[in-house]
Amino acid sequence: MKAIIAATVLGVILMFAGLFVKEKKSVASLAVFLLFVLLGVNIWDLVTTAPNETLSFFNNMLRVDRYALWFNTLMTGCTLLYALLVSKEIQRVGSHVAEYFALICFILCGVYMLSTYNNVLILFIGIEILSIPQYILAGSDKRNLKSSEASLKYFLMGAFSTGILLMGITLLYGATGTFNIIQYTFLQSDMLSPMALAGILFLMVAFAFKVSAAPMHMWTPDVYDGAPTPFTAFMATIVKASAFVAFMRLFSVSFGAISSDWMMVLAIITAATLFVGNITAVFQQSVKRMLAYSSIAQAGFMLFAVLAVNATAWQGMMIYAVAYSVATIGMFAVLMKMKDYTYDGFNGLAKKDPMLAAFTTVFLLSLAGIPLTGGFMAKYFVLLAAVEQGKMMWLVIFALFMAAVSAYYYFRVIMAMYFKQGNAELNTEVSATDRFLLAITVLLVIVLGAAPNLILNI
Amino acid sequence: MPVQYYLFLSLALFCIGMMGAMMRRNAIIVFMCIELMLNAVNLLMVAFSKMYNDAAAQIFVFFIMVVAAAEVAVGLAIIVMMYRKVHSVDINILNRLKH
Repeated sequence: MKAIIAATVLGVILMFAGLFVKEKKSVASLAVFLLFVLLGVNIWDLVTTAPNETLSFFNNMLRVDRYALWFNTLMTGCTLLYALLVSKEIQRVGSHVAEYFALICFILCGVYMLSTYNNVLILFIGIEILSIPQYILAGSDKRNLKSSEASLKYFLMGAFSTGILLMGITLLYGATGTFNIIQYTFLQSDMLSPMALAGILFLMVAFAFKVSAAPMHMWTPDVYDGAPTPFTAFMATIVKASAFVAFMRLFSVSFGAISSDWMMVLAIITAATLFVGNITAVFQQSVKRMLAYSSIAQAGFMLFAVLAVNATAWQGMMIYAVAYSVATIGMFAVLMKMKDYTYDGFNGLAKKDPMLAAFTTVFLLSLAGIPLTGGFMAKYFVLLAAVEQGKMMWLVIFALFMAAVSAYYYFRVIMAMYFKQGNAELNTEVSATDRFLLAITVLLVIVLGAAPNLILNI
Repeated sequence: MPVQYYLFLSLALFCIGMMGAMMRRNAIIVFMCIELMLNAVNLLMVAFSKMYNDAAAQIFVFFIMVVAAAEVAVGLAIIVMMYRKVHSVDINILNRLKH
């Protein structure tokens, strides 16, 4: 709760700072400092709440539990890592650095609302607070036509899916007479009205839009490819993870008891997402576009946590959110250093800069889910949740097969770096600070893989 | 009047908006169709609110209006930015320019 207020206030402070502080570098330093403060506020929230305590705010519209606080803290930590790694690139996007960081603060406010909502009104507002700044960030590179196109496309798709979300909420209200997600649980399988079922279906489609699950993923590659790379890194990680937590919260808290009614639809969406994401990623020539499809593929794995509706699924979602965010932020940070975003641009990087190539390899191994990295533990936990639930074994086997396919396109980058002749050109010199931060990111990926209990035992 | 009438009216409006948003090529008209979808939802919300004698849904409608206004502010700015570059608001032009 304190974090929501702090994120808003810090965002406003940053916007004013843009008026008075002209130097881009000092604005970026201020933003990083304020994100530190925000992380501090989150930790303060976390330590002042007893482990089994749940707090309610605003007439029970927000329900803050330990899981949500821990998720918020981790996501703020990831944002801080992101800001440290890419603040130089953000300064190069355009002249309004303070506004970009302010919008990131507002997005974080939306993240906090999505992880703690107990009323679909807060869900709706949270999703909008999360989305509207992203439309602006996607179009922030005003000289570039692709960026404007990404912004327009994202905006139209986002507004469309909001309409569908609202229709779902309204139909559910018509069926139950409440907006409170806990009171939805009185929906029983044998007395489910068509109106409630239609509402659940509408909500599922709207969330599939937000988390870019197939067949509602069409906007993702164009938007992620067109948006300035630093902001793509943010959209593909922290924003997507929190949309997933909101998805999971609604479907396991409210509709968990009637999961047999919607499970098949979601299973088909999951299978389609895994298939489309992985198979299309194989055919890409640009690494940035490949990462966009890879984010669709990873969304397919995260959907398992929503499908499984059990305690392991919550753990799996937490570790997936963190492991995927950290590895993807690292990968994008490396990508931003490259001049050429195609696979050929990576040719011979190992000779030119062995350290950077080694870091990239760890990030890619984690994304592919190789043991001893965070990505492996993440995939392990979400699939374990699905196995424990036991109704969707065919889907688990299909997912394992698709994970093998995904190794192909991640390893293609490693192949280019180590085994191909070429002269990989760097966009900017990699400074000692960058190396240090990337080393920390690599360390986090490995620690997550070796000791996932660090973030699971809370 | 029974609530079903309102339900069918707003579902019809919603479907018109949805089809428009998917089929029209002019960004402004697509945007208007999306607004039509939101207004269909507002109408249904108010009808249900009357049915349940519960003010919560009417409060929800106000929030939808506010958020829609915020979206208009950002969305029209994006469309204007686009228009300045390509002198058109046709969505097809975007796809043609990409290659």
